[in-house]
Amino acid sequence: MFELLGLSADLFALFVVFGFMVGVFFGFFGMGGSFLVTPALLILGYPAPVAIGSSMAFVFGTAVIATLKHHDAGQVDYRLGALMFVGITVGIELGSRLVFGLEVLGIAGVVVGVAYVILLAAIGILFTRSALSDDADAAGDEPEAESEDAPEDDIPEIAQKIKSYELPPMMTLADGSEASLWTISGVGGGVGLVSGFLGVGGGFVRMPAIYYLIGTSLAAAVGTSLFGGLMSGGVGAFTYGRAGVIDLGIVTALLLGSALGARIGSGATAYVDEDDVTIYFGLMLLIASLAVALGEVSAWLAMPVLDRVSFVLLIGSALFVCAIILYHGAVAVHRGRDAAPSA
Amino acid sequence: MTGTELLPGASPTVAALAVIGLVLVEAALLYAVYGVLEDKLAPPVFKRIQRR
Repeated sequence: MFELLGLSADLFALFVVFGFMVGVFFGFFGMGGSFLVTPALLILGYPAPVAIGSSMAFVFGTAVIATLKHHDAGQVDYRLGALMFVGITVGIELGSRLVFGLEVLGIAGVVVGVAYVILLAAIGILFTRSALSDDADAAGDEPEAESEDAPEDDIPEIAQKIKSYELPPMMTLADGSEASLWTISGVGGGVGLVSGFLGVGGGFVRMPAIYYLIGTSLAAAVGTSLFGGLMSGGVGAFTYGRAGVIDLGIVTALLLGSALGARIGSGATAYVDEDDVTIYFGLMLLIASLAVALGEVSAWLAMPVLDRVSFVLLIGSALFVCAIILYHGAVAVHRGRDAAPSA
Repeated sequence: MTGTELLPGASPTVAALAVIGLVLVEAALLYAVYGVLEDKLAPPVFKRIQRR
């Protein structure tokens, strides 16, 4: 049988297609790598260290591609990313120590699983509510929204409130606004803690945290989150690479697809109105929460069929949102909407 | 294929760095190649979508 880098041709093609879908997510939302790839590899029968290690290396490679693309559009705040990385590194260490502590007590699996479900659901509800309230605002008469304060309106209310405290030292962000170093470090530490605790890249926490707590525009949150993913993915890939568990065949096949998907996803941010897609993203996270919960229940009840249902839900919802992004992108191009100027 | 298989006998650190380097090179190459494809194919694809 024809083989490519140790993978059968069918499996290689499957990973290329799957990588494309993940790439669109990564480019558009700045997240979606490890929380989609790791469960998929586990379901396909790869051992956990190979699944996590290969996923980390893939996240690193895709983050490099997507960051370069967002860099071209001037949507990466490197200073913010570097400041956050210090907190993220400390947080990852604390998170992994917490897991080892819980393992001694014999409750690590349960606590991590429940935390994962709650976190995905909470972020999903946050995005869905935000999208629904934006729809309600848009339906109302608010012509003043187009006033000269429009850029400030892009920043969520909660972030504006946090910014108003002005706790020194204040750091100037790439867009000229300011954020407290304490907020940046706190967010970095919190995101790192979640990453280390759940054993995931953390993009699905990092991007909303930058947007809702530090208060950048959504486009800058996505670009900066990708830069964070590049750094944490690099650290993760090095750690797992030392253990010799990264399958380069899987990583290469996924990258072949994701490099194209990330270009299209990143490019789509210039055409697709975020509000058109945010609600689907929120719903996808809610479905992912349900999928992970089913996976946990499947392990407790020893019912493999629930594991399959969980996989179908996870991949199906991701595929649906990916199609929605491509559809909205095509509609925007069809209507001749101008792309945002790139650097 | 893992990093260990790529560089048999190399220390774990060297093997890990080789994996990261390879992924970085792959990512940069793919970025460049797809970039050229995008420049060549995007305008006709956009025109076709707009005409529909």
